[in-house]
Amino acid sequence: MPVVQVEGLARRYGEREALSDVSLRLQSGQTLVVFGPNGAGKTTLLRVLATLLRPHAGSVEVLGAPLPQQAWSVRGRIGLLGHEPLLYRELTARENLRFHARLHRVKLSRVDELLERLGLDGRADEPLRTLSRGMVQRAAVARAVLHEPELLLLDEPRANLDPAAIELVEPLIGPAPGRTRVICSHDPHGGISEADQVLGLRAGCVALLRERARVSVEEIAGLYR
Amino acid sequence: MAVLRKELLVELRTLESVPGMALFAVTTFVVFHFALNRSSVDADLAAGILWVTLLFASMLGINRLFVADADQGGFDAFLLAPVDRTAMLAAKALALLIYVVALELVAVPAFALLLLEPSIGHALPGLLAVLALGDLGIVAIGTMVAALTVRTRARDLLGPLLALPLLVPVVIGGARASSPLLALGPPGGLSARWLLTLGLYDLLFGLIAYALFDFLVED
Amino acid sequence: MLAFCTLAAMAVALALVFFYAPLDAEQGFLQKIFYVHVPLAIVSLCGFVAGGVLAIAHLRSGDARWDARSYVAIHTSLIFGVATLITGSIWAKGSWGHWWVWDEPTLVSFLIVFLLYATYQPLRFAIEDAERQARYASVFAVTAGAFVPMNFIAVRLASAYVHPRVLGSTSNLPPSMALTFLVALLAVALLYATLCAYELAAKRARSQLRALRRAMELAPHSPDAAGDAVGARAREAGAGAAGSMASAGLTSTATISGRAG
Repeated sequence: MPVVQVEGLARRYGEREALSDVSLRLQSGQTLVVFGPNGAGKTTLLRVLATLLRPHAGSVEVLGAPLPQQAWSVRGRIGLLGHEPLLYRELTARENLRFHARLHRVKLSRVDELLERLGLDGRADEPLRTLSRGMVQRAAVARAVLHEPELLLLDEPRANLDPAAIELVEPLIGPAPGRTRVICSHDPHGGISEADQVLGLRAGCVALLRERARVSVEEIAGLYR
Repeated sequence: MAVLRKELLVELRTLESVPGMALFAVTTFVVFHFALNRSSVDADLAAGILWVTLLFASMLGINRLFVADADQGGFDAFLLAPVDRTAMLAAKALALLIYVVALELVAVPAFALLLLEPSIGHALPGLLAVLALGDLGIVAIGTMVAALTVRTRARDLLGPLLALPLLVPVVIGGARASSPLLALGPPGGLSARWLLTLGLYDLLFGLIAYALFDFLVED
Repeated sequence: MLAFCTLAAMAVALALVFFYAPLDAEQGFLQKIFYVHVPLAIVSLCGFVAGGVLAIAHLRSGDARWDARSYVAIHTSLIFGVATLITGSIWAKGSWGHWWVWDEPTLVSFLIVFLLYATYQPLRFAIEDAERQARYASVFAVTAGAFVPMNFIAVRLASAYVHPRVLGSTSNLPPSMALTFLVALLAVALLYATLCAYELAAKRARSQLRALRRAMELAPHSPDAAGDAVGARAREAGAGAAGSMASAGLTSTATISGRAG
């Protein structure tokens, strides 16, 4: 059974079509990398898959649940790492993560474990607004994987991270058995190398959807022209 | 519970709402003193000043109730979790109730000290009952209006514009019920009719908020 | 048809008001404003509540058409509300000598309700996303709809506290006045329904026109095959717009949209 199955998805903002007629299917453990210029609909697609936006047309099934009817049944099995960290700036990293751990009914010891693994334990008790963007991004990664989601939705997950930090987050958001990922990226080389499938979006429409082996870097670069 | 705990933690950290509300109330009493050119008030006037001040001070808290969630992705984070959305309503309403009660802990003694002519002692039990019922109304309507306006442009303006007419019955009930309590001379009784009106109003709007809140969180 | 009935009912109502209903013993000619003011107030309040009921239908079904109906109901009620407040003030000035009196609980409650509904449109248009706009507006409409009766009870209680008054004082009208009043009420209700129907039709036509214009804009850029499809869609939308406008009797605008199609 596919983890993500999308057929003819459309989503509008007012009169503007952010996504139209998008279809794709993703098996368990696979990685889909989404390319496309700004405003092509990448973030909208992630938000629809995360159950945060309801589709306006077409059918969307995530982890076997049709959206938006059964969205409640898959909430808590999806991890979203978007542009916004979804953390409170006035609280510390530890407090933020503990709050999310309670919402997701995860053991609080998992918070400490993640803070340590991400090298945040030194600054875990300072308000988030005093932390650098890279630090905040690490905390956001911890938030997204706190409940060990089966489906990870990542919007440029390595933005603001230095090479050492990328090493640290890799085991948490990198490929793993049973971990299905949808990643938005602007980096053709890196993106293609971690993809099983590649999706190219342009003005809300599917411009390209293929296995990794049959996609070239030039084609991806062409999406942005 | 987790949401309530987070809410109070944020408030403790930033001290954005409660101190501002309390300070606003005390300042308003001073303003009333000069505006009315009276050093003490009783009965109708006292009840009116008390309720109008509490209402406007509460508006400050109501306006801020969801701002952090709207601006910092709290709504999204909440929606991603396997939690009933009513839990958010309950937690926010409880947090607002705590703020309003904290406000009254400062404002009511300050009012008694600064403006009220009769001593507040004998009126206190009745006044507490009226305040409790009035608070529930403020909280039910306030939480609802806060959620309704927080993701609009001009939310600071729309919040009070919506909340004030909706709260007129609470003011009527609260002020009329507390007026005899604050009168000079023999202490007036507590009118069961006004308590009942307030209670029914609280109940109705509590149910409305419960029924409609889901629509305000979703996207 | 509806428009015709409205015209007829209004003509009959006006005739009755001026030639049939007797002059009031105390207030004389001025009392005739009662046949305008009270029906306006009743219809406008019913319209507010109806807006809430329509909003419930919208929230349950998620169908934007219910939201449009709720919007039109509230919008028209607001216009009637302004008329109510103006006629009420004139009446108050004439019979009591003041433009506004606080000891008339119905008038006061009406003002509070009106002030609340006056925020409906600012709230609506402060939200960008069309879907959220509709949903939030519906939540407002339901809340405010429930508020209307509650507010009247509270305000009436408040003034009864000062000086008790007889409830339902209109029931002891002489029969000729009662008949005139009922006809006037019917006429105003029909007027309300007609205005709602016109505005709904206009809204529908406007959105179809917009769809049409969008389709026309797209057409030159599309390849021939797609262009045909767009053209067909445009013609369809144009026909729909023209049809709904014509049914409402707004023929001049219909011609424009017909020509565009």
